[in-house]
Amino acid sequence: MSAYLVAFQAIARRELHRFVAQRGRFLSALVRPLVWLLIFAAGFRAALGVSIIPPYQTYITYEVYIVPGLCGMILLFNGMQSSLALVYDREMGAMRLLLTAPLPRWWLLFAKLAAGAGVGILQVYAFLAIAAVFGITLPALGYLLALPALALAGLMLGAMGLLISSTVRQLENFAGVMNFVIFPMFFLSSALYPLWKMAESSEWLRDISAVNPFTHAVELIRFSLYLTAAPSPALYTTLYAAGFFVLALAGYNPAIGLRREA
Amino acid sequence: MNPALAIEGLTYAYGPKVALRDVTFAVEAGQFCALLGPNGAGKSTLFSLLVRLLVARQGRIGVAGHDMARAPRAALAAMGVVFQRPTLDLDMTVLGNMRYFAALHGLSGRTAQQRIEAALEQLEMAERADELVRALNGGHRRRMEIARALIHAPRILLLDEPTVGLDAQSRRAITAHVHRLADDGVAVLWATHLVDEIAPEDAVVVLHQGEVLARQLAGELSGARPLADVFLEMTGAGQGA
Repeated sequence: MSAYLVAFQAIARRELHRFVAQRGRFLSALVRPLVWLLIFAAGFRAALGVSIIPPYQTYITYEVYIVPGLCGMILLFNGMQSSLALVYDREMGAMRLLLTAPLPRWWLLFAKLAAGAGVGILQVYAFLAIAAVFGITLPALGYLLALPALALAGLMLGAMGLLISSTVRQLENFAGVMNFVIFPMFFLSSALYPLWKMAESSEWLRDISAVNPFTHAVELIRFSLYLTAAPSPALYTTLYAAGFFVLALAGYNPAIGLRREA
Repeated sequence: MNPALAIEGLTYAYGPKVALRDVTFAVEAGQFCALLGPNGAGKSTLFSLLVRLLVARQGRIGVAGHDMARAPRAALAAMGVVFQRPTLDLDMTVLGNMRYFAALHGLSGRTAQQRIEAALEQLEMAERADELVRALNGGHRRRMEIARALIHAPRILLLDEPTVGLDAQSRRAITAHVHRLADDGVAVLWATHLVDEIAPEDAVVVLHQGEVLARQLAGELSGARPLADVFLEMTGAGQGA
């Protein structure tokens, strides 16, 4: 087996091992979207009517509408969590082990990114399974066809986390990331309400939401879950993923990033 | 044969602050070379450059004949590193940590297992292979890190103040272990500010304020006097600097 694959496997295994060891993280990763789905959405059901818009072919309840957004939310939180772990690893020194391995840095970081996305996808499926238990189901084939979309969305949000981790120097600064990245990204997207609905109150917010990478990720997941092609969200998610990853690599490049480590 | 480590004219600055100025020295196979310098001398910067966490614009680093700028992967593959701060996964076993590292160097399966066992044996850590790292004391953790750095059979072993925070006994044991490794043919670069870790037959590079002040055998450098006195005199630490 090539050295690349050996390293990839080890990095993935370590990521998974970590995730399994942190049961609290798994639990909160599941509880968070479930609270939105079973409490928030139930309350909003009456207030928010969702008309028939693609990819839906019939009237849907609000719970059904927000499922793809909550899948995205899981991946978003997971991406940020991986990013937090990277900053932690860097402060604790474990990152040095990775960065001084005799393999190209892009590969090592990609392995880390892919492993993180894999962990995120596991969480998404666990969430979808629980949602199904509560009667919120999707087209059967959609569960399968959404996998590439979830992978792409997970990579994009993970790459964003990687980029953030390359710029955040200290663990303490991370609370700010929550406020300035996760919440605006989540609320200014199509996760909770369709963009046309948002345009009714503010065209402006709609325009911002329309360029939000998270919106593209959510729409990609939504269309895939309903077996509908979504070339534009797929393209934008890919472009954002590539862009974030390239910038993150520059941040981790010893000649450019010039990270000062004590 | 190329020296295990050759540093030529290495200069590095953090913005306007020069951390290293024209550093030149080499470490041969089987040599224990102590990089001796007070805190802030530039040892950690030099280490970061040697392992390519930083990249210098001036000067050259060669590891077993591989140029760090032109062939970084070959250069990194030829070195084993023990960082000053531990780089351990506390919730994995010793073996788990070793396997992870081996895999980062492309080693898996039986080859990895054999090398891991040999490295643990060398550091007298074999019986602790299945213990969680969290359960190990500081001295054993360090020994594990040294064993780990040997898995891929490096030509040179770099250790950045590896005895910091250890008790006297562990310190002595680890210093002795690494001296033995040098006797077995590995080149060793051992950064420290503690002169009692250096034997008279070791090579010494004295680094002070980013410059190399001396480069010779410890016994020659100190002459009849204690090395500590000579070191303090050279670095001015004796005058409360």
